[in-house]
Amino acid sequence: MDNFEIKGQRLVALAMLGCLAFNYPILELFNRPGTVLGIPVLYAFIFAAWGLLIALMALVVETKDRADR
Amino acid sequence: MLQGWVIIVVSFAYLGLLFAIAYYADQRADAGRSVIASPYIYSLSLGVYATAWTFYGSVGRAASDGVGFLPIYIGPTLMIALWWVVMRKIIRISKQNRITSLADFIASRYGKSALIGGLVTVIAVVGIVPYISLQLKAVSNSFTIVLQYPAIVMPAKMGAVPFLQDTALGVALILAAFAIAFGTRHLDAAEHHQGMVAAIAFESLVKLLAFLAVGMFVTFGIYNGFGDVFERAADTTRLRAMLTPLDGVAGSYASWAWLTVLSMLAIMFLPRQFQVAVIENVDEKHLNKAIWLFPLYMLAINVFVLPIAFGGLLHFPPGSVDADTFVLTLPMAEKQELLALLVFIGGLSAATGMVIVETIALSTMVCNDLVMPVLLRLPVLRLNQRRDLTGLLLGIRRGAIVLVLLLGYLYFRLAGEAYALVSIGLISFAAVAQFAPVVLGGIFWRGGTRRGALAGLTAGFLVWFYTLMLPAFARSDWLPIGFLEHGPFGLALLNPQQLFGLARLDHITHAMIWSMIANIGAYVAVSLSTARSAEEHRQASLFVDVFKHSGDAGGARFWRGTASAPELFNLLARFLGPASAEAVFRDFAHGKGMQWPGDDLLADAEFVHYVETQLAGAIGASSARIMVASVVKEEALTIGEVRQIVDEASQVVAYSHRLEQKSKELEAATTELRAANERLQELDRLKDDFVSTVSHELRTPLTSIRSFSEILREDPKVDLAQRRKFLDIITKETERLTRLINKILDLSKLESGTTEWHELPIDMKEVIESTMTATSQLFKEKDVRLEASLPQQVPRLVADIDHITQVIFNLLSNAVKFCEAGKGRVEVVLVEDNGFLRVDVSDNGPGISPKDQKVIFDKFRQAGDALTDKPHGTGLGLHISFHIIDHYGGRIWVSSRPGQRTTFSFTLPLVRAPAPAEAT
Repeated sequence: MDNFEIKGQRLVALAMLGCLAFNYPILELFNRPGTVLGIPVLYAFIFAAWGLLIALMALVVETKDRADR
Repeated sequence: MLQGWVIIVVSFAYLGLLFAIAYYADQRADAGRSVIASPYIYSLSLGVYATAWTFYGSVGRAASDGVGFLPIYIGPTLMIALWWVVMRKIIRISKQNRITSLADFIASRYGKSALIGGLVTVIAVVGIVPYISLQLKAVSNSFTIVLQYPAIVMPAKMGAVPFLQDTALGVALILAAFAIAFGTRHLDAAEHHQGMVAAIAFESLVKLLAFLAVGMFVTFGIYNGFGDVFERAADTTRLRAMLTPLDGVAGSYASWAWLTVLSMLAIMFLPRQFQVAVIENVDEKHLNKAIWLFPLYMLAINVFVLPIAFGGLLHFPPGSVDADTFVLTLPMAEKQELLALLVFIGGLSAATGMVIVETIALSTMVCNDLVMPVLLRLPVLRLNQRRDLTGLLLGIRRGAIVLVLLLGYLYFRLAGEAYALVSIGLISFAAVAQFAPVVLGGIFWRGGTRRGALAGLTAGFLVWFYTLMLPAFARSDWLPIGFLEHGPFGLALLNPQQLFGLARLDHITHAMIWSMIANIGAYVAVSLSTARSAEEHRQASLFVDVFKHSGDAGGARFWRGTASAPELFNLLARFLGPASAEAVFRDFAHGKGMQWPGDDLLADAEFVHYVETQLAGAIGASSARIMVASVVKEEALTIGEVRQIVDEASQVVAYSHRLEQKSKELEAATTELRAANERLQELDRLKDDFVSTVSHELRTPLTSIRSFSEILREDPKVDLAQRRKFLDIITKETERLTRLINKILDLSKLESGTTEWHELPIDMKEVIESTMTATSQLFKEKDVRLEASLPQQVPRLVADIDHITQVIFNLLSNAVKFCEAGKGRVEVVLVEDNGFLRVDVSDNGPGISPKDQKVIFDKFRQAGDALTDKPHGTGLGLHISFHIIDHYGGRIWVSSRPGQRTTFSFTLPLVRAPAPAEAT
């Protein structure tokens, strides 16, 4: 049960991180001319951050907590 | 190959395939081998979120404001991270209460109120109709465009409006037929549509693959990868500004944030999302994988949106082609007929999936929460007496599906052309967002009341209608357009798109802000100022504390009354059909270890509750409540009683917590006791050994005393010398006995802690010297040399002089005992060492083997073989010495090897620490 609650808390933290990343001031940092590997900075940031967030969520959900087993 | 008949045949073939999949899945489900019992199917079925709006509309929105389409997919990604906490609870509640729809959920939470269920249904239908019209528009648009191949003509410019509208009507009717076939083939108490879910999951795959195919074609076929598309866009003046699209637009961060919030709510409260995520969920654990698989799906379907949007903008002259159709028109312009057909099928998938699930969800709501409660309350219809109502239920649902689709068509004809796809969808999002406060409040806050929920929903819905729906009507010329520009009756303050003068926001943000203020404000304020009925109290407890109540019996605690099993059976049979009712009764009887029919089932609280939840699965919680109440004599519980039951429940939880703790403590105590018991047994064994050894030691001298005494008594002729010798032996053995008994007494005193210690300052040097004098006779007898090396002066220490003397005496007598007569040499050394006095007594005897050294301080242990060697003493001296030294906080040990000098040493501290050894 502890493991279950910890995962829930980690996911809530990730949601908060996402809210931060996909909002004003952080988005403004990338809202500028220029490209990364040919892709405009803002687009590159949004998709990279999005992918990273999903990866972290997968990591939290799929990790078997040692303390619990 | 894109003639009209080809497209129609392919479309129908595709729909036929869907039906085949659904049929197969239903068959498998009936056989008990579900195909949808997989987290992957569950995640894919959540993909019903991506409708024709996503498929065509994302590109349209991206073409007008760049990344502005993304919050609609980022929001759900953020929300789904919270599902672990929120959605799990909703699913658990729904399973325990057999919730059949979102309306049922909300009505059930607020005291099974039919009024709330009806209100939610109305909001959902009104709110979703534009969304359904959007799907019809998308399908008929794409169909019309594909038909014009190879020309690319926008439907709006064709002038053939009647044709387009006829297409839309046809699409609506065909989809209605499909939804009826998928969702209302039979009535299921569990309200699961496994076939539909399998088909939806398949459609999610098809639309993803179609979109990825066209995305790759545009990005890598027409252009040379992502970089190339963006580079060309940057070279085009009119597109350059879109590459940093959040610049310059007033309030764009605000609309971004609000769009995110809006879609966070939509992913939970759109009726079709609630249907696939909650109602159709077969296993709570599927949620785990969906938490990252579903966002991944959304990421994948959005990767190519921007390249397609820029590709279309670059490819077609400005204004010639509607950006909502780029996905289809780009392959057509490049003469990719097959790809165009695949895209059309992908769009069809997206639209049909949405329409099927949405209409099924809405029809369940309309039937269970709007029509049935009304019909059941109308005495004229005498529904209570009808024998079989399953046909009626299915009829109502089918009618609702057709009705909803026709409403969608109507909206499409009246307002559809005035908006782009995305704007229509957002109006629906804003409508279902009105459910958020009452649902989220309902599962986490006990205090929400029925009236509060009614007030919140009504206020939110009215504001939504005023700020979004009325302007939509105004744009489609239902209302004078001046209504939008100057407000109603020229009151600028009431301008529906700038309410109270709140300007500079886009319409959706504006509507969300005002409707949420009204909704949450009314919900909280009215909840806090109204009292709750007993029913509300109990439902609130069942929902908020769902993880504390275990099993289906949670609701039974709140019921009291009388009923008869046959009446309940008849009731169930009327709504589910006799076969299903029979199965339900059999299951319940089986769980009780009884037979049905046959045994008399006791219609107790648990059973009535069971029947009610089964019935709720078919006709919704509020209708089921009415029906069950009609056949049982129920004694209403007062609010006080319900409160008492709830309190009892929480007390039980507290008790069980305490019980758990106690049992843990008990377990720990048991372990301790077991250890103590083992130790006791060991001690008991030692005691037995001790007793038997002591008896043995006592018997040896006694035997010899007795035998010599007998000789002396029996035989008077023993001569004097012999007689004296015998008497000597008897005296010696008696002395030995006395010594032994003294030592045993000493030992038992030491061990029980009753020894008296007369502690005075003593001079160790003097003690050693006097003991050496006292033992000098022993040494002389055996001709062993005794040497001492003592310092001039040592500090005094506080101890009992008799006991210390005894230790030294023991060591000296031991040493002399083991020395060889004539050659022996014993040396005593006293040194002051680091706060201790150390005494070494060494001899040149045979030495002690390492094995013996370990046990030599134990009771009755002697070096050498006890069986063959003649005993040299009692075997208690060293043990007693050990106890004495230990008492003073010192240490005693032996260092020796066979054949070498043996040294017994002990230390005594000059300043004694508070002795912990007092008790031993």
